[in-house]
Amino acid sequence: MYVAVKGGEAAIDNAHRLTAEERRGDTGIPSISVEQIASQMGLAVDRVMNEGSVYDPDLAALAIKQAQGDLVEAIFLLRAYRSTLPRFGASEPIDTSGMAVRRRISSAFKDVPGGQILGPTYDYTHRLLDFTLAAEGQEPAAIRADAPIDANLPRVTDVLGREGLLEAERPGDAEPGDITREPLTFPADRDVRLQSLARADEGFLLALAYSTQRGYGHSHPFAGEIRMGEVTVEIVPEELGFPVEIGEITLTECQMINQFAGSEEAPPQFTRGYGLAFGQAERKAMAMALVDRGMRAAELGETVEAPAQDTEFVLAHADNVEASGFVQHLKLPHYVDFQSELELIRRLRAKFDTAEPVDMAAE
Amino acid sequence: MSTGYNFAYLDEQTKRMIRRGLLKAVAIPGYQVPFASREMPLPYGWGTGGIQVTAAILGPEDVLKVIDQGADDTTNAVSIRRFFARVAGVATTERTDEATIVQTRHRIPETPLAEGQILVYQVPIPEPLRWLEPRESETRKMHALADYGSMHVKLYEDIARHGAIATSYDYPVMVDGRYLMRPSPIPKFDNPKMDMNPALQLFGAGREKRLYAVPPYTPVKSLDFEDHPFTVQQWDEHCALCGSADSFLDEVITDNQGGRMFVCSDTDYCGRHRAPHDVSSAP
Repeated sequence: MYVAVKGGEAAIDNAHRLTAEERRGDTGIPSISVEQIASQMGLAVDRVMNEGSVYDPDLAALAIKQAQGDLVEAIFLLRAYRSTLPRFGASEPIDTSGMAVRRRISSAFKDVPGGQILGPTYDYTHRLLDFTLAAEGQEPAAIRADAPIDANLPRVTDVLGREGLLEAERPGDAEPGDITREPLTFPADRDVRLQSLARADEGFLLALAYSTQRGYGHSHPFAGEIRMGEVTVEIVPEELGFPVEIGEITLTECQMINQFAGSEEAPPQFTRGYGLAFGQAERKAMAMALVDRGMRAAELGETVEAPAQDTEFVLAHADNVEASGFVQHLKLPHYVDFQSELELIRRLRAKFDTAEPVDMAAE
Repeated sequence: MSTGYNFAYLDEQTKRMIRRGLLKAVAIPGYQVPFASREMPLPYGWGTGGIQVTAAILGPEDVLKVIDQGADDTTNAVSIRRFFARVAGVATTERTDEATIVQTRHRIPETPLAEGQILVYQVPIPEPLRWLEPRESETRKMHALADYGSMHVKLYEDIARHGAIATSYDYPVMVDGRYLMRPSPIPKFDNPKMDMNPALQLFGAGREKRLYAVPPYTPVKSLDFEDHPFTVQQWDEHCALCGSADSFLDEVITDNQGGRMFVCSDTDYCGRHRAPHDVSSAP
């Protein structure tokens, strides 16, 4: 029996081989290619890039393939790879007002300058399983507009901001923090809070955001603007001293506008919650914006009482690479600790069993 | 050795950052130093803190031993040892006295460590006050003020309720009379080995992003009361394989009727205490 706790080496190898075989599945069916995943499972790729904190659709697609479609595992693969990458520098701040917009909506106004642009969305689709997809039907083709979308679409929040009814964003002088270089400490400022939320688990954020809509830290939100499209990324190489464009990335940005009655710290006005995500990730960006606003409670003089307002609770538990690892580490052997507890329980139990019986009726 | 990655996986900048953290930890025994922990290719909770510490201090000449639950052949110990053999190409050993670095989860080897050796602990939760106060912002203040009354109250309540302190592993210690420290989930049986140990003891918590240390020959005292002194686990049985009466024993269930045997948790110690002609590990 003693061998049962020994000899992991061969067993581990065999388990990995079995996993590889199961990942491949039926060899009578062609293997799915990384290109197919990158081009046909784009929303999964976007989620993995967001939470994996690396903008690289091909690597994310590879991670999804390697993880058998388990997105949390794929996120972990990409994060672990990220640790090995040297850092050449930081980009200039991106400007989402210059975004090449493919989708842009506001639910706060019936119409906005530049119009409501639906773009690609599952909103308003009837969620009926489409059996023609299973039958590999014809290739769909979208109808394109005659003219390109205005290259300069002002953000809805900027329009509202001019009236002074929406709190102004205050640009800080300090360099933004970076939780991948300096560990998160509490209290955490909004820059590192937003960075944490950007890589946070979508499901966790969604549930927290939902809780703010159900009375746990009510923040009365309106979707001021959601926009999705491409923005350029620039860096300033030290040897040049001026910004050069290094590429473009797809982003989804959500500006939530929240009703606010005012407090001792701030006048009555609309306040902001902000969400930004790689790729097409509207659910994530909206949830992020709601939770961002939730965590601003203390700053705005609101009572901090709901989970989504509790910065330390939210940020310490939002990372699914951390959470998944620690929950699953319970699979590791714990028999030394368990043995210690057995010994303790046996001792306490012996004492309990020999003790005078307590007369319950007399109490 | 696997190419394509830097020696011991992490890049040199990251290793320097971790070593700076470790130097600070050694300078303030028992104090938790925050560090920018990296994602490792092994999951959080599976030893990423210990792995990062080992990666940061490892040199090509080092001889590495990795144990989990005291054993070299448990799955996670095998996995971590292989990781370093793969990304650093270092020599590995199962013998405690041959190793320059011993990375451990949940045990301190029975064989006494010597000067020059380094024991690297994998730490899941570094904060000794965590079950009493979940907020990091509060516990850091409590450490700054050496405000450890709540821990003594907790231990006192154990005694009032159970007649004994009901903590059998991860038993809190005071390091050098200043910082309350979690020894990681080692059984309290191992706590006395930390005290005045000639080896350097380093602790890494990857997910929680903390490093701490007990330098060689540092006093480490398990918390107790004058009338309830600290004691360690004892067994009525001896090891069924080597006969040892003074090592930590694991209980192994041997049949469906609940029959059991007790064997050393430290496989290297057990193997070397067996009669020289007995090379089989099976009972």
